[in-house]
Amino acid sequence: MEPSIYQSELNLEATELRLGLPGRTNNKRSSPEDRSRSISISISKSSSVDSSGPSNATDHDDDDDDHQNSVQPAKVQVVGWPPVRSFRRNSMQQQKQKKDEHNNNNGDGSAMYVKVSMAGAPYLRKIDLNVYNSYSQLLNALQNLFKCTFGEYSEREGYNGSEYAPTYEDKDGDWMLVGDVPWDMFTCSCKRLRIVKGSEAKGLASL
Amino acid sequence: MTHSGSSLPDLPNCTSTAAPMSEIRSPPPDRVLEIVLENVLHFLTCRRDRNAASLVCHSWYRAEALTRSDLFIGNCYAVSPHRATSRFRRVRSLTVKGKPRFADFDLLPLNWGAHFSPWGSALADAYPWLEKLHLKRMSLTDDDLNLIARSFPSFKELVLVCCEGFGIPGIAAVAANCRLLRVLDLVESVVEDADEDEEVMDWISCFPDGETHLESLVFECVECPVNFESLERLVARSPYLKKLRLNHYVSIPQLYRLMHRAPQLTHLGTGSFCASDDVAVGDQELDYSSAFAACKSLVCLSGFRDILPDYLPAIYPACANLTSLNLSYADVNADQLKPVILQCHKLQTLWVLDSICDEGLQAVAATCKDLRELRVFPGNTREEVEGPVSEVGLEVISQGCRKLQSILFFCQRMTNAAVIAMSKNCPDLVVFRLCIIGRYRPDPETHEPMDDGFGAIVMNCKKLTRLAVSGLLTDQAFRYIGMYGKLVRTLSVAFAGDSDQGLKYVLEGCPNLQKLEIRDSPFGDAALHSGLHHFYNMRFLWMSTCKLTRQGCQEIARALPHLALEVIDSQEDKADDHIEILYMYRSLDRPRNDAPKCVTILQ
Repeated sequence: MEPSIYQSELNLEATELRLGLPGRTNNKRSSPEDRSRSISISISKSSSVDSSGPSNATDHDDDDDDHQNSVQPAKVQVVGWPPVRSFRRNSMQQQKQKKDEHNNNNGDGSAMYVKVSMAGAPYLRKIDLNVYNSYSQLLNALQNLFKCTFGEYSEREGYNGSEYAPTYEDKDGDWMLVGDVPWDMFTCSCKRLRIVKGSEAKGLASL
Repeated sequence: MTHSGSSLPDLPNCTSTAAPMSEIRSPPPDRVLEIVLENVLHFLTCRRDRNAASLVCHSWYRAEALTRSDLFIGNCYAVSPHRATSRFRRVRSLTVKGKPRFADFDLLPLNWGAHFSPWGSALADAYPWLEKLHLKRMSLTDDDLNLIARSFPSFKELVLVCCEGFGIPGIAAVAANCRLLRVLDLVESVVEDADEDEEVMDWISCFPDGETHLESLVFECVECPVNFESLERLVARSPYLKKLRLNHYVSIPQLYRLMHRAPQLTHLGTGSFCASDDVAVGDQELDYSSAFAACKSLVCLSGFRDILPDYLPAIYPACANLTSLNLSYADVNADQLKPVILQCHKLQTLWVLDSICDEGLQAVAATCKDLRELRVFPGNTREEVEGPVSEVGLEVISQGCRKLQSILFFCQRMTNAAVIAMSKNCPDLVVFRLCIIGRYRPDPETHEPMDDGFGAIVMNCKKLTRLAVSGLLTDQAFRYIGMYGKLVRTLSVAFAGDSDQGLKYVLEGCPNLQKLEIRDSPFGDAALHSGLHHFYNMRFLWMSTCKLTRQGCQEIARALPHLALEVIDSQEDKADDHIEILYMYRSLDRPRNDAPKCVTILQ
């Protein structure tokens, strides 16, 4: 972790020029210190870029995220941090959604929980769609969560040849194959997810 | 024990020293002592005292084993059910804990273990007289609940905390079959949703007709509507009911009716605390405060799951007597909190959301002079926001609530000065858990690491047994912990430390350490190795995303045969030897055979 110790000894923060009262940290989301820490962490972890922890969200510190830091407020979320139980997180999120619906807001997009079920598994889980930025991240996470594989997606043939396929229910109540629509459209319309056997999904792909 | 003379009739099972042995039919001397011991040991309730007594000699071991009625299993894999039931023959109450705490934060893969079934079948065989079962972080199915419901005719108490794997049918089985049930507490457990096409069973109506023995009914975490008429009838026919915690499907008008049915309640979880959707606001409002006035024995209030802050004043009549208040699901601001909290002079436990701001904490500090436990939860878990509570709030609490023993405080900014102040103002602290949400965040005023703050806590709070650290921390923080944290039993570390030395300080310095959970910190094999002398004294050690290698763990496994080292890795082919998660615990039995593929148990 040498880079970061060096950085804190230099005390870059004290000499950093920025607006605001001295002594207040303000939104230092993309400060050099944070980013260098982020990078050094990803080096010490395993080498794959799309690394996903043994749980339901992608890990932080992909190269993609670091790049996005400088462009927009980062949606970097660390698994299990801060240590708030999912029961509490879900409750607060439900409350917020109710309030937003009541006020006709679209919410600030801070979290969007959907249920995920799988044919044959006794467990239902909830995941936060806003944690992911692309289909590949989402599919990786799902594959990890349920310990299954989806295989390659193609527009014509769906998840051809794989044992399982991800499907979702959209706002109109229709069941669609995950990947059929652009990502942003998907996150807005997805009500819940279901992982089905490959044979069941064939029917959806041919529509 | 007095020795009677031979002329007096002997008490059964006692020998007289005066009469010759051949003339009196009495048990042999060592058996006498055992019987006396058993009688005396019945009074020994603390399990640590019992553990000590059982080590004196074989006969004390046997006597203690026969008289222990409350059995506590801190780690379900530390001992097999068979071993436990063979040693302790007359258990009436059992507590079993399963998964490590970090499972609550999604760090453990699904289906990792802690299955209740093997325990269930062992218990059904060994303890048909079982009365109480407390499970924490266990995985249990509807079949398990069915087994519990049918195997123990004297069953009185079921408490499930942070458990999962079961659904409404399991709960219904317990309700229907346990005729003597006094306590049914489902706390923060995941109750599996039925498929939306199926009808949800009305488990409340499964309780038998007639008067119940219910003293406590807690179902806040059950995520499905209950049949209100059944619930009202149940409450009406439960004269002993003292604790009732409703889920958020119960609206405030429904709560009103229930409270009037059960004015003897002492602990109340208020459900949603807002009007149901069908009723328009302002439409024939009931006087909700009358319900709170009617329940004169209320000491503990919680719930407020979807609160409409306008309704909060309804609880005023209860405030003066409250010792415990949980508003941690209620998004209330300082102005909404103040009129309530200013009346709560007797409050000892307070759980709130940080929406009350430092100003709200000020009001708490001004009134709640008897406060022992405070928990401040984050409304927003993002790292980069300013945050409504800060070092200002912590400092005023430390000044106003001198008797504080336990604190859990989430914030986005904190200074060493405030933490040091708390260490001096609150010397009775036993639990200090500070979570600065921004990882690696230094003191915003001095730009220093948070070492000195936590150092002061371990130095000045001489009764401290549980500590959770956060913010920017160097090895120095751990040096302090190793030097002064002599009573620390539980330590939680995340994103902290510089090198192996940090962990070494702790493992070498803290003789009472039992539970150590570390994530995302640069501690490696050499550091782990320095704890060899201590690992058998610990309940568990968790290290995830640190610098451990499989090789290093294998060495530990070889050195300590009674240690189970679970290496959990989500990826199959790894370029290097580094592991994701190590979960390590002592175990008297062979390694478990119910682990999923991603878990390797080193021996």
